[in-house]
Amino acid sequence: MTALHPAAPDVRDLTARPEWPDATGHFGPYGGRFVPEALIAALDELSEAYEAMRVDPEFIAEYARLQRDYTGRPNPVTEVPKFAEHCGGARVLLKREDLNHTGSHKINNVLGQALLTKRIGKSRVIAETGAGQHGVATATAAALMGLSCTVYMGEEDTRRQALNVARMRLLGAEVIPVTTGSRTLKDAINEAFRDWVTNVETTNYVFGTVAGPHPFPAMVRDFQRVIGDEARAQVLEREGRLPDAVLACVGGGSNAIGIFTAFVPDADVRLIGLEAGGDGVETGRHASSITGGDPGVLHGARSYLLQDANGQTIESHSISAGLDYPGVGPEHAYLHDMGRAEYRPITDSEAMEAFALLCRTEGIIPAIESAHALAGAMKVGQELGPDALLLVNLSGRGDKDVETASAWFGLGEHGAPTDEDARAVEAGRGADPGPGLDEEQHATEGAVANHEAVAGQDAGEQA
Amino acid sequence: MSALQTVIEGARAEGRAALIAYLPVGYPDVDTSIAAMVAAVEGGADVVEVGVPYSDPGMDGPVIQEAVEVAVSAGVGMTDVLRAVAAVSAAGAVPVVMSYWNPIERYGVDRFADDLAAAGGAGAITPDLIPDEAAAWLSASERTGLDRVFLVAPSSTDARLAATIASCRGFVYAASTMGVTGSRATVGDAAERLVDRSREVSGDLPVCVGLGVSTGDQAAEVAGFADGVIVGSAYVRQLLDGRGADGVRVLSEELAAGVRRARVGA
Repeated sequence: MTALHPAAPDVRDLTARPEWPDATGHFGPYGGRFVPEALIAALDELSEAYEAMRVDPEFIAEYARLQRDYTGRPNPVTEVPKFAEHCGGARVLLKREDLNHTGSHKINNVLGQALLTKRIGKSRVIAETGAGQHGVATATAAALMGLSCTVYMGEEDTRRQALNVARMRLLGAEVIPVTTGSRTLKDAINEAFRDWVTNVETTNYVFGTVAGPHPFPAMVRDFQRVIGDEARAQVLEREGRLPDAVLACVGGGSNAIGIFTAFVPDADVRLIGLEAGGDGVETGRHASSITGGDPGVLHGARSYLLQDANGQTIESHSISAGLDYPGVGPEHAYLHDMGRAEYRPITDSEAMEAFALLCRTEGIIPAIESAHALAGAMKVGQELGPDALLLVNLSGRGDKDVETASAWFGLGEHGAPTDEDARAVEAGRGADPGPGLDEEQHATEGAVANHEAVAGQDAGEQA
Repeated sequence: MSALQTVIEGARAEGRAALIAYLPVGYPDVDTSIAAMVAAVEGGADVVEVGVPYSDPGMDGPVIQEAVEVAVSAGVGMTDVLRAVAAVSAAGAVPVVMSYWNPIERYGVDRFADDLAAAGGAGAITPDLIPDEAAAWLSASERTGLDRVFLVAPSSTDARLAATIASCRGFVYAASTMGVTGSRATVGDAAERLVDRSREVSGDLPVCVGLGVSTGDQAAEVAGFADGVIVGSAYVRQLLDGRGADGVRVLSEELAAGVRRARVGA
């Protein structure tokens, strides 16, 4: 076992890294720093402080303690045999990032960056958020560490993810709805950069994904690689072998880089990123930056992005707010070009079918983001057959998505949504809900039918 | 010698600072924006920054964002920009393109340099391109003789200031305040300190100040210590408020008077 592969899930070695990026943050032709000069000093300060911190035994101990005692790491790997019946019989293991405190993998990164913020003596953090998971995680870390916190969120997303807006405010963060441009994640990032350049003396930008200018792609990867480090050891321990494929959804790409990194040296393990295909890449309404985009510069780095002939960013479309982003981290672009990882689109319908299936078959409500990876497993499992072992990153839980799912499937006390219901229209009302869930609400196979079950209020009398 | 440096030194020879006006192509439409640029020149602008619309203008405040969004939605592109460049040149001022990097990279760096030179453009200001990432643009501008203007900021270290200025040709853009574009009540001491620091390493290269200037008085204040005064949002505000090319001309006249009454009381 090389230094890249810690022997046990509780050993995390931030000092071991792939040979990329180079010293100036380039992953081959990708990455770098395309930002106003006014931010360079802050990025240099961050890079320098981070490079010192990541090998500092005190930081390593503190970060490990927080991961264990606050986040609840290591989280388990769960086999999902009934879901796997829909994956060509391949065996499917889920890495349970949904069980982390705050409900997703985002906490891994923000705890690291919040410690870094304190180390460089700044008292305020800002963050962008799409689905709200990174915003919630940042607000959480800020509350824990006594930092003031402002979160920028596209107005469109504040509507789609109202629950997370309330969570952030409960945690003491200021949430600023962004009303420029497409009013989604890309515009929230623009606003956060504007705030940062104005307040850089007091403020650190806690970036949520493996995109943005150097050092963010490398730093966020280092904080997220715990996912793959743990999972690789867990799979080896329980199966005595590595998985055939590792799957993760890709918006900016932090959960995917997080689970991929440990496996990059394992040439026989396929790394598969699932991008948000929206209505289908061929319709132009999607968020598949690698599958449906070209190289260019956005938000401080060169990578793949959705752009028109004039170099204007094209608005992305996805049912998943967390994947609704027209760019992708530069390391994914690099892994794609070198052929180490492959990227495929998953449509809204495919993702929602997988979402419903996992709910029904395994009692796990995934985030819609993560459901894209599950849908990928359904396809890849069919291709690889029953001998295959798939590891899927279940990057977050779906509590925040219940309203979107209700609109999609026509659930809820108000009956099926009408055409006047903007959320329902946006969620693609009328689309086939897929085999996982149907509008007649058939009971799960093998379950006690409703009329046979004991109602909750009567249960005590029979016990 | 560079076209930008020549015109700025010409102003200096008259005992004044140069007036540099920014307007984006395509607001409210391409023809009107070009008419506004010509009006800025008629009112006294020595240089026009011809702004390339961009969907993600991370360094711009709300005024410029609002105008640029309209141009982006209308599909305004580099062909329109080159037409504006030629018009500014015909009006007798020096045009320099102001563009975030992706529209140039998308158009093709060499193609952009060739077409800009052919249209009579002096060069380009690239607010989100630092010299460290600019290899393709450095070689294209070298080949075509175009000016390349990079930004320096109050937060730039001495080492970065020296390295960035060494890569500039035409002038040095001193982004005077930490923040985005937009009018401010005061320009602040940071601008003068940054200009002083830049001059220590800039040699003959002019140092111009942008971000925050909107009135004749502020222009006069900045002209007291800088070689050129860059005004953007205040010009765009004229168009947003519906005052059109006439409003732009009047503002130019006020600012042009400002840059001429500086040196005395400064």
